[in-house]
Amino acid sequence: MHRFDPPGPRRRRALAGLATLVCTAGLLSACSGDDGGRTTFNWYINPDGQETLTAIAEACSTDEYDIEIQLLPTSATDQRTQLARRLAAKDSSTNLMSLDPVFVPEFANAGWLAPFEGDLADQVVDEDVLAGAAETVEWEGDVVAAPQWANTQVLWYRKSLAEAAGLDMEQPVTWEQVITAAADEGATVGVQADRYEAYVVWINSLVQGAGGSIVEDTEAGRDAKVTIDSDAGRAAAAVIQQLVDSGATQPGLSTSNEGSSLGAMYEGPGEFMTNWTFVYKNYEGAVGQPGGPADEEQFRDLGWARYPQTVEGEESRPPVGGINIGVGAYTEELDLAQEAAVCVTSPEAQGQLAVTDGLMPSRGSVYDSPELQEAYPPDLLTLYRESVDTGGPRPKSAYYSQISSALQSVWHSPTGVDPDSTPQESAEFLRAVLDGKALL
Amino acid sequence: MTTSTVQTATAKKPRSTPKTPDSDRAKAENALGRKLVAPAIVLMLVVTAFPMIRALYLSLFDYSLTDPDERSFVGLQNYVTALTDSLFWRDTANTVMVMVVTVAVELVIGFAFAMVMHRVIFARGLIRTSILIPYGIITVVSGFAWQFAFSADNGFVNGWLPFVGADFDWFGEYGSSIVAIMVSEIWKTTPFMSLLLLAGLAQVSEDMIEAAKVDGATWFQRLYKVILPNMRAAIMVAVLFRALDAYRIFDNIYVMTAGANGTESISFLTYRQVIEQFQLGIGSALSVLLFLSVLVVAFLIVKVFRVDLSSARQEG
Repeated sequence: MHRFDPPGPRRRRALAGLATLVCTAGLLSACSGDDGGRTTFNWYINPDGQETLTAIAEACSTDEYDIEIQLLPTSATDQRTQLARRLAAKDSSTNLMSLDPVFVPEFANAGWLAPFEGDLADQVVDEDVLAGAAETVEWEGDVVAAPQWANTQVLWYRKSLAEAAGLDMEQPVTWEQVITAAADEGATVGVQADRYEAYVVWINSLVQGAGGSIVEDTEAGRDAKVTIDSDAGRAAAAVIQQLVDSGATQPGLSTSNEGSSLGAMYEGPGEFMTNWTFVYKNYEGAVGQPGGPADEEQFRDLGWARYPQTVEGEESRPPVGGINIGVGAYTEELDLAQEAAVCVTSPEAQGQLAVTDGLMPSRGSVYDSPELQEAYPPDLLTLYRESVDTGGPRPKSAYYSQISSALQSVWHSPTGVDPDSTPQESAEFLRAVLDGKALL
Repeated sequence: MTTSTVQTATAKKPRSTPKTPDSDRAKAENALGRKLVAPAIVLMLVVTAFPMIRALYLSLFDYSLTDPDERSFVGLQNYVTALTDSLFWRDTANTVMVMVVTVAVELVIGFAFAMVMHRVIFARGLIRTSILIPYGIITVVSGFAWQFAFSADNGFVNGWLPFVGADFDWFGEYGSSIVAIMVSEIWKTTPFMSLLLLAGLAQVSEDMIEAAKVDGATWFQRLYKVILPNMRAAIMVAVLFRALDAYRIFDNIYVMTAGANGTESISFLTYRQVIEQFQLGIGSALSVLLFLSVLVVAFLIVKVFRVDLSSARQEG
């Protein structure tokens, strides 16, 4: 009888304490990544393609380890901050991480990414990886991340609009032609000009398209050469000024982003829009819905072309984005974690992401796979592949965040951009910021 | 009990009186006292002094977290950079403006609330609780709530105000953004002010008010000549606490504008340098300057009100 008496207050407290201890021990073991002999790797992902990434994580888990998905915040800045705070504290549970290519240099420079060495490095960046994507994972001669998917921008437009304006879209077009055509037809040009990273993406592509760059010799860190005060910088500013003065801007230009320009494609005469690869799948899935094409015929009116030229005759440099998988330098089972990183960036995983979520592969061979050929028009696939391969990456610098913020603070709002003063002003400010002589 | 308290207070107060040597028992008690507070002092030093000293040390370096190899000693250069930068002064001016306006408004509204809470006869608990509710809400949550309220798309504020258009964008420019931030701040912390003032109001002797009434003083005369002078210490404490709190405003700005349109405060600037830009050197210099400016604000408030802090603690 005695054994079945309900526990008294003291015993209850003891039991509760024991239960807490057991739970805490369970939690701790989960954190330390040791689950009955099997290691658990945390993979911090950004919110794009969550379901597919979860499936990839499950498929890549082996008898030796499990890959567990952890979600990062939506904004790229917050993603970077959260990962940096963990890694600065030498967190051994930050194992795999999805990184925007621009964060790779600063994370690698801080010693937070474990470089891939030997065979693994050859597996991660081989000849199949597109040049634009491969360039984003190399830092000081090391391969510091594995390219998972590559993003790029193309020029999206309504075929009927280009036809009405008499633009031959088979040939490369310039920003000037696009802006004039849109203005003449009462249409608009969609860009990303809010005070955020995508605005820098636009400025960088404009400058590179004119044969220049924002900064050079970026591996010198603070001593990098600021080169935006150049003819290329002025040509870039001239494009922005021309758009502002043309009357072809969309409402709220200074707060425009990737999403806000989508809605103008099927309103009135339509638009020309520079935007990422997700646009095709977005409109395909929105036929008959508000903001999308009214019917299949309207969807077929959607055209795509290479990113416009800043200067006529000079090849454009489309933006390069995407996601690279980095492995935390403080990971305990490093070899296994890097093995996992190779698996989640495999051609199969890349194909899955492209077909399901419109996140395009960083490997050339995947573009030729039957699944992708079926999911996308062949010429669009060729355009994506070419754009990533010949794209212009943003400055690879341990101080990229400062470079980007300094540029945003002078070039925003676009209505104030002046070729005669903006490039020079931004060069002086950026120099002062890099020298630690100005607050940002 | 009362006698002993008075005796202790009087024994401590006059510094000029000749000091009588402590008895053995007093010495032993003091020694025990020191031993008892020692762990607390050590803990305080670890959690408070260490980060401050570390910040002071880091502020002398040009140091980026993402470029640890390039760390170099620059002496006071970071302070010179900060103090000669217009951004620092713009943000400081912004912070002082928010502090002055919010504390002034909260003092008036908070006092009115304190009077209501003090005098209310019916539903006392309900009224007091209703007034205090905003203070119980987390600042980030109230920031989001007010951001939605001021939103041009789905907020209710535009509908309530006849002098603004239905689609007026409160977060489109500096003036309206900072007003929205201050409204949120005032709504959130007025209850705190009224709580402190209520405590001060309870200290004012009813006999004095009664005597003034008998002498024919009007309500305003009683307020200005009797109640407020007797609440000076409580008002000073309320203003001091709230002013220091307002000076380090961060959450509302972070949530409502993220510093856009020049609405950045000095603590937000510091946050951006350290957390967003990983610039530990200049960020530490800014945090040291922030700390010093808080001391200046506290000193000025104590001076302006000419109040002995010990009297505010009822020790005098």
